[in-house]
Amino acid sequence: MNTTNKQVRLGLNGDEAVAYAAYHADVDVISAYPITPQTIIVERLSEFVYNGELDAEFIAVESEHSALSAAVGASLAGARTFTATASQGLALMYEILYIASSLRTSIVMALGNRAFSAPINIHCSHDDAYAARDAGWIQFFAENVQEAYDLTLIAFKVSEDKKVLFPSIVNLDGFILTHSVEPLNIFEDKQVIKEFLPDREAVNKIDPSSPITYGPLALPDYYMEIKKQQAEAFKSTSIRIKEIFGEYEEFSGRSYSPLKKLYVDDADIVFVVLGSTAGTMRTMVKRWRENGEKVGVLSLTLYRPFPSREVAEVLKDVDTVVVMDRSYSFGSPGGQLYMDVAAALNKYGKYNRLVNAIYGLGGRDFTPEMAEDMLNASKDPSIREIWVGVRG
Amino acid sequence: MIEVRWHGRGGQGTVTSSQLLANAAIYEGKYAIHIPEFGPERRGAPVRSYTRISDEAIEIRYGVINPDIVVVIDPTLLAYKDIILAGLKDDSIIIFNHIDPSNAKPLDGYESYAVDAYHIAMEVIGRPIYNTAMIGALVGATGIVKLKSLEEAVKKRFSGVLADINIKAVRRGAKEVIKVE
Repeated sequence: MNTTNKQVRLGLNGDEAVAYAAYHADVDVISAYPITPQTIIVERLSEFVYNGELDAEFIAVESEHSALSAAVGASLAGARTFTATASQGLALMYEILYIASSLRTSIVMALGNRAFSAPINIHCSHDDAYAARDAGWIQFFAENVQEAYDLTLIAFKVSEDKKVLFPSIVNLDGFILTHSVEPLNIFEDKQVIKEFLPDREAVNKIDPSSPITYGPLALPDYYMEIKKQQAEAFKSTSIRIKEIFGEYEEFSGRSYSPLKKLYVDDADIVFVVLGSTAGTMRTMVKRWRENGEKVGVLSLTLYRPFPSREVAEVLKDVDTVVVMDRSYSFGSPGGQLYMDVAAALNKYGKYNRLVNAIYGLGGRDFTPEMAEDMLNASKDPSIREIWVGVRG
Repeated sequence: MIEVRWHGRGGQGTVTSSQLLANAAIYEGKYAIHIPEFGPERRGAPVRSYTRISDEAIEIRYGVINPDIVVVIDPTLLAYKDIILAGLKDDSIIIFNHIDPSNAKPLDGYESYAVDAYHIAMEVIGRPIYNTAMIGALVGATGIVKLKSLEEAVKKRFSGVLADINIKAVRRGAKEVIKVE
């Protein structure tokens, strides 16, 4: 397969890149409500539809609750279905998140990660991604604009796969990725993608000529069995996800895996991170290595299903694991990613020293100076929680 | 890697400037990132934007802290030296908008360049939108990208007459910028 001459290099922001991916995926239905910082995604898609470049239904709804409700119907009817939201919009979708997963839809959602109110803030936190973590959606985190494009295409292939049939969220950090322009390679047109992502072949479509039931009542006598089946089905998706990462690499020349590691193998301290801060941390870790610090970084491209075994395996010989959370879980033993990492390590019998670093809330810029402070604090045995760069 | 910090006011095209510069560099096959700094969007409020250009992939994702080049699009911001000069290195360059460039003075001893973007904008665009003249001045003073690449980026961003007049503003900015002594 020729992987080089089907792509063009250009400069786009993260939102535009995601819009191009949905366009190139030749989506059938877009059901969305605008909200900063994802608005550019649905603006571009509505332009593609209006200009006749994309033959899709653009359902302009009156709220995110309706956006996701319409997406559920469209997906069950067999349509390749896309939506996008952020922050409060995701919160308003919450009721439908579980329904979309439990009815085994194949919706792909771009989430322009943004802090929850109050105080009102339009910038990046991972509150919204974490809010959806238990709902049965596959979640990817993009580190840059190229990954936002690629992971959106990958998400359609994953969610529509007959061995998967769960909806996906592609996370991209609000403003840091949604609004920053970077160079990336995108495929020349929709036709090129068909080879990787053919038109959807839906199973068990809702169809008036052959009626079936979705979402019936299930009381105590059956509900638990249904949930256990869903749990097993969701866990098993990681197999297909990894295979599809491989298929995409063959198709595009760009490689993906559930996690990315740098200098982890002989490290004393490893930082675990999601999203756009991974690149900053890799740069810092390279700098620290030059000064003889035995440090490494582990970033997760796949957040749900959580790659527990791989995380535990990679971190097994590390003294101190610093888990970076761009959110806070009030009253919990630690941040959301911290709890995932702690549970994964415990599950595989590893008991590393864990430190939780809370950083970047509401778009607070994560600078090299803050990274230095975080490294220094993580060496103090009395410190288990760091609020990075907070005054007072 | 070259790091640029832009200072302007809401409505003057500060974010667009940074974006056009990044796109011009990308056309040349380089790596670049444009990072807009968003607050409550309001006309007239101070706005910052950042551009990084490099021959290698750029992984860092924070705002520019120690710029190599500062571009001051709005002349009234020159009064706020603590903001304009923040984080500058000894060899950083400042390019600013000044109504009378030949009588302008270097800012605090930094290598400085000035251009009268007000008159260029009023004569070419008919409105006080300084950004394209200022990017032209940046390119004229530093050669950070080729003028041709910048014109390509302008053509891609604007259409029809708007593209033509902005290219004219870019060219005049590049030609008329002077080093101030």
